[in-house]
Amino acid sequence: MSSVFLFASAFLASAVEMVEALTIVLASGLTRGWRSSLLGLGAALVVLAVIVAALGPALTQIPISALRLIVGTLLLAFGLQWLRKAILRASGYKEQKDEDAVFARELAEARAAGTEIHAGVDWYGFTLSFKGVLLEGLEVAFIVLTFGSSAGNVPLATFAAAVALVVVAVAGVLVRAPLARVPENALKFAVGIMLTTFGIFWAAEGAGADWPGDEASLPFVLAFVILVSLGSVALLRRRRRPAVAPA
Amino acid sequence: MRHVRAFGRFWWDFVVGDDPRAAAGVLVSIGITAAIAATGAPAWWFLPPATALVLALSLRRASR
Repeated sequence: MSSVFLFASAFLASAVEMVEALTIVLASGLTRGWRSSLLGLGAALVVLAVIVAALGPALTQIPISALRLIVGTLLLAFGLQWLRKAILRASGYKEQKDEDAVFARELAEARAAGTEIHAGVDWYGFTLSFKGVLLEGLEVAFIVLTFGSSAGNVPLATFAAAVALVVVAVAGVLVRAPLARVPENALKFAVGIMLTTFGIFWAAEGAGADWPGDEASLPFVLAFVILVSLGSVALLRRRRRPAVAPA
Repeated sequence: MRHVRAFGRFWWDFVVGDDPRAAAGVLVSIGITAAIAATGAPAWWFLPPATALVLALSLRRASR
């Protein structure tokens, strides 16, 4: 796989998850205090670093064909789920993701929660921030490790995630509000397409298939997945449109 | 035990999500690809349309 594809996939997937984590950290910081929120963020990042440091080298020990079969299967199941939701959102069958609405809900819940102080830290704020960053971060770690190990370039995938982290963090500090202007739904659609494409490619390879031209066939698989996805959106939209009564 | 269950649930939701039949379809499709490859015949062509079919069926269930 070309480095550009790997970087773009890892960056986009990581950025989408980080935008979601940022919304939670902001809600926690604004309502429960920044100290507890940032401590939760820091603790989650430490746990994530330990997980990546432990699993990264272990994954590289697995033979590449077995790794691609496992990773391809996981990516295909996971990517198809992501793509399905994106298609349903784009065709109006599922509500569009709205970071402003998520933020408002998180703020209301955080304000309503009781106060419990442990060692000078607001426990609710810490836990909210920790859980949000850990859960979204686990998804980033999964994508980085699977993409990186299958492509034989974990450092580049990690670098892409780090760039996404810096971009989202800087934007968050500057805006001090959820990044609602980020076209999250379109990004999720693109990430779903990429995950499904690489899932198909690696799962087939891991199952023993030889792609014509090896990695040169990746753009064709990508084009096929894009066509199927856009075709599905068009079909579902047409089905959803109310029938016009004859004059 | 509660944490182990929560961890397992997280991964289940993460990979399988709300349509286990689609995940099962993916597994069956990869199994058939492996079976075709084991005969020595070209097997690369099978997974893309099989994935499209799994996706179409899943979308049909979700949009009913």
